[in-house]
Amino acid sequence: MSCHEDIVDYMHDYLDESITEENKERLREHLHSCAECRSYFHDMKKAIALVQSTARIKAPDDFTARVMASIPKEKKNIGMKRYLRNHPLLTAASLFIVLMGGSIFSTWGEEQNFAVSKQENIVVENEMVIIPAGKVVKGDVVVKNGDIRIEGEVNGDVTVINGEQYMAYAGKVTGQIVVIDEMFEWLWFKVKSTGKALFKGDENE
Amino acid sequence: MEVIIKQRINQVLKGDQNAFGEIVELYKDKVFQLCFRMLGNRHEAEDMAQEAFVRAYVNIHRFNIQMKFSTWLYRIATNLCIDRIRKKKPDYFLDAEVAGTEGLNMYSLIADDSALPEDEVESLELQETIQDEILKLPEKYRSVIVLKYIEELSLKEISDILDLPIGTVKTRIHRGREALRKQLSNF
Repeated sequence: MSCHEDIVDYMHDYLDESITEENKERLREHLHSCAECRSYFHDMKKAIALVQSTARIKAPDDFTARVMASIPKEKKNIGMKRYLRNHPLLTAASLFIVLMGGSIFSTWGEEQNFAVSKQENIVVENEMVIIPAGKVVKGDVVVKNGDIRIEGEVNGDVTVINGEQYMAYAGKVTGQIVVIDEMFEWLWFKVKSTGKALFKGDENE
Repeated sequence: MEVIIKQRINQVLKGDQNAFGEIVELYKDKVFQLCFRMLGNRHEAEDMAQEAFVRAYVNIHRFNIQMKFSTWLYRIATNLCIDRIRKKKPDYFLDAEVAGTEGLNMYSLIADDSALPEDEVESLELQETIQDEILKLPEKYRSVIVLKYIEELSLKEISDILDLPIGTVKTRIHRGREALRKQLSNF
């Protein structure tokens, strides 16, 4: 082509969408006057249009399956994780069981300290709970990790966990006396009292 | 799109293969198209595209999460195709012609309502001719032309994929355009 190299550069800049307004004007003027450059530019644009016109082809249907078959096998526990992710209800249920179990056992561990239910007329001496003679305690008494000596009267149940109870001759308990010193008995007690609480809750409604 | 892809990549990093399957589904057509336009043969293109995904999976821990995933994936695919072209035997052009006529799915790709059967055949022949002309380009011009005009990527993305300065990418596109102009001027 006889024309100046600059013009061809402008054409490319134009096609790259990076031409300046000034050069764009120069290109336009030149194309207006030069038939040779006009046909050159036209052919180049046509070639691009033809390349762009090629049909978009799609990968074969089994493409993904074949890729997945040729990648290294995954670790086993991942299958389990995905199973849990795809079954949220089951996951929630098992999580609930684990956490509930966990909380019951952890309360067992935490409750190694001496504890007693708070009521009037209860005296505590060196991890020994005393119901003084002549006094009346209203409601259930629970003692954990300690002993109880009953000289007075309890209007309710007495529960001793990890401890012993001594009943004085004059002592009186209107309800039941339960001594728990095994973990499973304690668990059973916990379950029973939870049940009771729920039952009571229902009654209140 | 990129957000979803990055989530999937994190799942793949934790070892979840199904998440990778979703990535393949999203990019399979583009990668296959890239390979087909680079190689001109469906079987080879399928092999290369699959290989690209397998390599992406195996090297996923090396992927820089700040980067665009498609750029990384296209880089793997383009490099595989370029290697393949360089290893090809000299009877390559015969091979390409066989490949061109073999594009079975071409019919199904032309919209049904578009034209009469005669026009379809003509259009099909045109498609093959254009593909042949793309294949005649030297590999360094072919890759930029395919990325620019078939994958419709920006100069910046092309420069990231090929790991070349933008100036070099531009020069190659210019040369590729010049070559195509000569080859396709008789249409």
